[in-house]
Amino acid sequence: MAANHLAKALDHDWSITVVDRDVDHHYQPGYLFVPFWMDPDRVVKDRRDFLPGRATFRQEAVRLVHPGRRQVELAGGDLLDYDWLVIASGSVPRPDLVSGMADGSLWRDAVHEFYTHEGATALRDALARFDSGRLLVHVSEMPIKCPVAPLEFAFLAEDHYRRRRIRHQVDITYVTPLDGAFTKPVASAELGGLLEDRSIRLAADFAVERIDNERRRLVAYDGRELPFDLLVTVPPHTGQQFVLDSGLGDDAGFVPVDRHTLRSLEHERIFVLGDASDIPTSKAGSVAHFATELFVDNFLAAVAGRPLPNSFDGHANCFVESGRGQALLLDFNYDTQPLKGAFPVPVAGPMRLLTPSRVNHLGKLAFEQLYWKVLLPGHRLPVTAHLSMAGKKPPEEH
Amino acid sequence: MPTNTLNGRSFAVDEEGFLTDRDQWSEELATELAALIGIELDEEHLAPLRFMREDSSRTGVTPTLRRMQTVGGFDVRALFGLYPGKPAKKMAWLAGLRKPVGCV
Repeated sequence: MAANHLAKALDHDWSITVVDRDVDHHYQPGYLFVPFWMDPDRVVKDRRDFLPGRATFRQEAVRLVHPGRRQVELAGGDLLDYDWLVIASGSVPRPDLVSGMADGSLWRDAVHEFYTHEGATALRDALARFDSGRLLVHVSEMPIKCPVAPLEFAFLAEDHYRRRRIRHQVDITYVTPLDGAFTKPVASAELGGLLEDRSIRLAADFAVERIDNERRRLVAYDGRELPFDLLVTVPPHTGQQFVLDSGLGDDAGFVPVDRHTLRSLEHERIFVLGDASDIPTSKAGSVAHFATELFVDNFLAAVAGRPLPNSFDGHANCFVESGRGQALLLDFNYDTQPLKGAFPVPVAGPMRLLTPSRVNHLGKLAFEQLYWKVLLPGHRLPVTAHLSMAGKKPPEEH
Repeated sequence: MPTNTLNGRSFAVDEEGFLTDRDQWSEELATELAALIGIELDEEHLAPLRFMREDSSRTGVTPTLRRMQTVGGFDVRALFGLYPGKPAKKMAWLAGLRKPVGCV
């Protein structure tokens, strides 16, 4: 997306090189649906088909960035010089960081995740086999990509077993390190009852220490143990190894940036887009999308030595599947929590914020096409990059 | 925004009682808050709170337990010993920081 925007904005004396270790671009929001109905092949396309014609694609992993001499070192040893560098290397689920997860005997057997293509596909087969017992849907720790996805998974799993008419045989518990499934005041007041309505248990403040594979238990630091027959976990996330190895990241491998301009705090010729930065908002595709739109003008200004004109507000906009063919819509930023109201047009909507509806669900499904056809090629959606308060109800009015 | 008063000290809090203005915090206030939840705040208890204050002043967010371990050098088990039950939440509350949240 950044390459496409820059290809339009930069003169032809610029060269644009995109480096990636593979050619597969994944529509990651699709991972959520793969365990239930979506064909795993449908979420993957050749990324070269989405790059601008003037960009050079180099397929190789990055070993190191040398900001001092403005070079990127590739895995094979080649050095690429740069004038400006955009890091958009995302975040990585790390099941190796929880004892008994990736190294446990139950991994991909009774312990699953859906944050990778391989994991979502394996979970599809596991769900098809699983027809009675205790299902835990578990978040290891924050931050994670798309923080609402595990909650969506719980709702979809509930719906899945209800449709199969064996809901009464499956006991579902949502396990979170936070103090609830919904942690912001308005969302928690509006949606707090949703889990209870669906008979999904909640285990909150659960800081996972390890998975006991022999006894099939999820064990917390405070001594609590939750038995499971099927565990669907979201592993801890970090940035990419090359970010850590290059000394560009914080302890978790995320690059510290100015949260309003996305420019590296340490290196002025580096910008960071998407999950790879440490900005305090959701690691969500919508954030990357809004931020990238604002980034282009900032980049051009930085190149010209002018002050950066655009200030990113942390805007995120997320569809949350709530099962039963419905979804919620959230719209929030650094300073404004998700509120009720209508979106994108005040009052008229047609989408309702923070309320389950059919239209929101259809919106989520339709987004897949927008993603490939509008966002990646660098076209703009008719949604503002900054959060708008029009159509939102401040908490006092509830 | 509500205001709490404790032993003559006033401070702004959110709906759940977490301080909203980090500058209204002091170690004395933390000690008095800790007494309310049955914790006697000694040096061992104060060390992680000081780290959280210092760390969040740079990052703008309350550090996670993993960060307390990897950056702060604290043992997570030990933190559970110091602040039984919900250490992340209790420590954020006592350090005058916002509670750890998700996006919704």
